[in-house]
Amino acid sequence: MAVTTSIKNGLLLGLAVVFVQVFSSCTVAIFKSFIHPRIRIPAYVIIIALWVTVIDMILPVISPEVYKQVALFVKLIVVFAIIISRLELFASKQPLTPSFFDGLGMGLGFTFGLCLTGAIREFFGAGQLFGYDVLGFKPLLIMILPAGGFFVIGFIMATFNWLEYKITGKIPTSGGAH
Amino acid sequence: MKISRFLVNAGMIFMLLLMVVGSVFGESVGTGSFNKDKGIEISFGVPVDKNWADNTANYSVYEKPDPDIRIPVDSVLLDPRRINATLQFKDALNTSAEYVVEAKDVSSEGKILGSRQFEVKKGQAQVLLSILLGAMLINNFVFTKYLGLCIFFGVSQKKETAIGMGITFTMVMVLSAIMCWALFTYVLQALHLDFLKIIVFIGTVAIFVQAVDTILRKVNPYLFRKLGVYLVLIVTNCIILAVPLINADSGNGPFASLTLGLGAGIGFAIALFLMSCVREKLEVSRVPPTFQGLPIAFIVTGLFALAFLGFSGLSIF
Repeated sequence: MAVTTSIKNGLLLGLAVVFVQVFSSCTVAIFKSFIHPRIRIPAYVIIIALWVTVIDMILPVISPEVYKQVALFVKLIVVFAIIISRLELFASKQPLTPSFFDGLGMGLGFTFGLCLTGAIREFFGAGQLFGYDVLGFKPLLIMILPAGGFFVIGFIMATFNWLEYKITGKIPTSGGAH
Repeated sequence: MKISRFLVNAGMIFMLLLMVVGSVFGESVGTGSFNKDKGIEISFGVPVDKNWADNTANYSVYEKPDPDIRIPVDSVLLDPRRINATLQFKDALNTSAEYVVEAKDVSSEGKILGSRQFEVKKGQAQVLLSILLGAMLINNFVFTKYLGLCIFFGVSQKKETAIGMGITFTMVMVLSAIMCWALFTYVLQALHLDFLKIIVFIGTVAIFVQAVDTILRKVNPYLFRKLGVYLVLIVTNCIILAVPLINADSGNGPFASLTLGLGAGIGFAIALFLMSCVREKLEVSRVPPTFQGLPIAFIVTGLFALAFLGFSGLSIF
């Protein structure tokens, strides 16, 4: 949820998350018989940190100026709870192919969330989408500011709760968020 | 909460010490000092000629590491006694860097005294204090960088736990910041293994927290009962990894690293305490059903972030 002031930022960070999630899921799925259950958490952390280091070297080549804005947050993918929880719950028990698609799905879902937040903030905060002027004026400057991010996430979560309430007829209990 | 009172006192003494040190070291080396961020004050010691002093071509100003890049002087203000001059610049100077001002052929009462050189830099204590305030209030990690949200929302249900977590986190943060700095400078940089910093830092923090847990359990069971539960949670906090990474990327020295760690810790503790106060009230208020739980917590945090925006104009030096 870090630097989603625009779609581009969200997309790049999402891409990094997909990459790390997919590759660490696959790595865990392949090497799971070698990892002793008692040291599995440190082993997972090292595996994630390894792939984060790799993506941290690739991204500046793909998109140098966007990378400058998300640099710190790409490194902090290491401590994203969502990745390690997928490794623990899914990849450590399943073979390679399902793990790959599970990682891909989780990563894409996360990217979607980031892009949605980024799109809302960019549209209302800067009057732009994907860096192109759409409105020509800035309706709500606060959306670009840090405070706006919290509001947008809060409202998105409330909207999803509301949708779930309309469909299933009961109030859902909110899950964890990063 | 005896511990918290003790820590508040310790914090105040530390701040006082910083200020005293600041007033001693605040005198810049040589005879130059910053005037806001667009001016440099120099003192010639003798009355100089106004015609000479007003000519901006007589001064050359540059940052100490790059003598080739001259910074153009916009205008010069001479005080009525004609001893002190203030050089004004169009663009803001980087007040944490070191500047050199060279005055060519200083002319006083018709005589030419030769060239003078002035070194201009901010005192170490001033830099540290601005780092501390920056990490604590202006760029609070929770409210402006969205870091540490997992714990922020998880532990802010009750004031008691918020205070305990804040204190434990600050202590661990300071110690691990200084440890990661030492490791980065003396091991990673020395061996040209900079790219391994993510893996090394997360390993260091995890091992350190585990070690503190084990030692505290044996040495001080009372403190362990109070703070032990929070220790395990700290590893999952992004701030504890972000601070060493920022230190490594910006090349901070040992004191700057320590101060950034302290600022980040105190800032997190402040955020956590404020949030817990609001959430205790939220328990008894009527929140729309779809907003219950995390959504309303996010919106409250947004309001806090908005309030903390007010600190962005804060600058002491």
